[in-house]
Amino acid sequence: MTENGAHAFELQGVNIYYGSKMAVNDVNLMIPRQKITAFIGPSGCGKSTVLRSLNRMNDLIPGARVQGGVFFGGQDLYAENVDPVEVRRRIGMVFQKPNPFPKSIYDNVAYGPRLLGVRGKAVLDEIVERSLKGAFLWDEVRGDLKKSGLALSGGQQQRLCIARTIAVEPEVILMDEPASALDPIATQAIEELMKVLVQQFTIVIVTHNMQQAQRVSDYTAFYSIRKKEEQGGVENRWGILAEYAPTERLFTNPASEETERYIRGEFG
Amino acid sequence: MSTPSEAGTMSARSTAVDMRARREARTTIFRRPRPGETVIQLFLLFCGVLSIFTTLGILYVLGSEALLFFGSGLVDLGEFFTAPVWQPQAEQFGIMPLVSATLMTTLFSMIVAIPLGLGAAIYLAEYAKPQTRATLKPILEILAGIPTVVYGYFALTFMTPLLRGIFGQNTVSIYNVASAGLVMGIMILPTIASMSEDALSAVPRSLREASFGLGSTKLEAILKVVLPAGLSGIIAAFIVGISRAVGETMIVALAAGAGPCKLYGENASCFQPFGAAETMTGHIVRISGGDLSYNSIDYNSLFAIGLTLFIFTLVLNLISRWITNRFREVYQ
Ligand SMILES: Nc1ncnc2c1ncn2[C@@H]1O[C@H](COP(=O)(O)OP(=O)(O)O)[C@@H](O)[C@H]1O
Ligand SMILES: [Mg+2]
Repeated sequence: MTENGAHAFELQGVNIYYGSKMAVNDVNLMIPRQKITAFIGPSGCGKSTVLRSLNRMNDLIPGARVQGGVFFGGQDLYAENVDPVEVRRRIGMVFQKPNPFPKSIYDNVAYGPRLLGVRGKAVLDEIVERSLKGAFLWDEVRGDLKKSGLALSGGQQQRLCIARTIAVEPEVILMDEPASALDPIATQAIEELMKVLVQQFTIVIVTHNMQQAQRVSDYTAFYSIRKKEEQGGVENRWGILAEYAPTERLFTNPASEETERYIRGEFG
Repeated sequence: MSTPSEAGTMSARSTAVDMRARREARTTIFRRPRPGETVIQLFLLFCGVLSIFTTLGILYVLGSEALLFFGSGLVDLGEFFTAPVWQPQAEQFGIMPLVSATLMTTLFSMIVAIPLGLGAAIYLAEYAKPQTRATLKPILEILAGIPTVVYGYFALTFMTPLLRGIFGQNTVSIYNVASAGLVMGIMILPTIASMSEDALSAVPRSLREASFGLGSTKLEAILKVVLPAGLSGIIAAFIVGISRAVGETMIVALAAGAGPCKLYGENASCFQPFGAAETMTGHIVRISGGDLSYNSIDYNSLFAIGLTLFIFTLVLNLISRWITNRFREVYQ
């Protein structure tokens, strides 16, 4: 898994800070193209932080800072001359809580293409239909595209958000616990959707749910927490990448005892 | 490992026992009188009812005096709405000259207050650093607390000379609608800015993130997502601003002019930005400041103006309510 071009992302010695506080330390990671890579680990270990560094979403948080190299197709995403807006057009994101715009279903999906300058009803109609079909939502909403996106159920809203993301045809879709706010049936729908989407897109998903990681992902990165007592009794905690392996192997034959304890549910 | 968790269970259990003891100290599960709650509830009811009755009382006084005016036989409704002048001495009662002046000053104030207020709100909500915002917002709110008489003199001694300097002494009268309106806009600006800023800040962060995640620039996110999502609050802010402009008295009384304009006919003088004209509010204060005998037609006429003003603001309020309800976005 090292030949060039097979990887969407390469992270080299990545440290991420919020202000002066280090959130993750020394992450080294290669994320393969057109596979599903899952980030698992206990709460607060920095899964979302690393995920958001992949499309420069961290830029929006005052004080957030990324050190080290985050390479996307060989290009350093944090190079001086890289435009974060362009990065996010190529690397889309689906959030934990479904966040459709307070607009119609149609306008939600057409939002991204319109930003890219796509005009003309026929073209947009086609993109909207294709994207909603791609997110397995078309059959449920085809008769009522003018309805507000907020009027849908939680699971439908999340699929609308996925449709909205694939409408701009990114290369990568980042998903931060996309099913954690959904019921089991909606969760299953999202998981099945991911398995189809991965034929076209590289997917990186943060999940709290180890069964979910096992069910959907090809590779799993397990993050963990390190702590250190500073003088004055203050405890410093930061996240590290503890183990990274093909999902199958990580769950059946973990390399470290810590991983094994985590996947057995002993902490986190 | 085990000590802290044990301690936790222990304390939880001891409060549980305590609660049970307290509950059992009460003998029955039947209703008991709670006089304290009743008293407070009655007091709160009184507060609510009081404000309703005050409004009704005002409406009654306005209405009955205005009825006396219209019942005097000196004026009918048609004349009231179409006559070109308001001259109680000459028994000419056309409200439109006063209304036109109110509309003119309101228009000028909104030309200032809406774009600048909304701009300030967008800056504060979207661009300002937290510290900048923490400094600017209180300053803005102080600006909203300056007594309007101060603004009135500001119009007279600063804005009017400025306008006269720019457009010429012959074009701009000493008392003029533009000066009063522009300064009124400055006065209302903080209200619109502050209310719009609240509306924008109430738009969930997640919507901005969604927009950025789809590759929008900051400006695109603001124009296409944040502003539409906050629109009902922003329009409500505009309407509150317009209501204040319509009802504002001191600035127009000092700077806009001390006599109604003439709507049409020879020497028509309304709708001239740099000419003097008296608004509804300005006229009411000037006339009631003079010696005015009760129950004269002049006196009663003021209530007809007051009633017109009341209807203006009432309608604006109704529109504002309708808009807020109609366009309220439900976020979960
Ligand atoms: N916006 C933020 N500002 C400051 N600290 C943050 C912020 N977001 C996350 N953190 C901190 O960074 C660490 C990692 O958080 P996060 O990436 O959200 O963890 P996870 O997604 O694994 O639960 C936590 O200690 C958290 O408190
Ligand atoms: Mg997280």
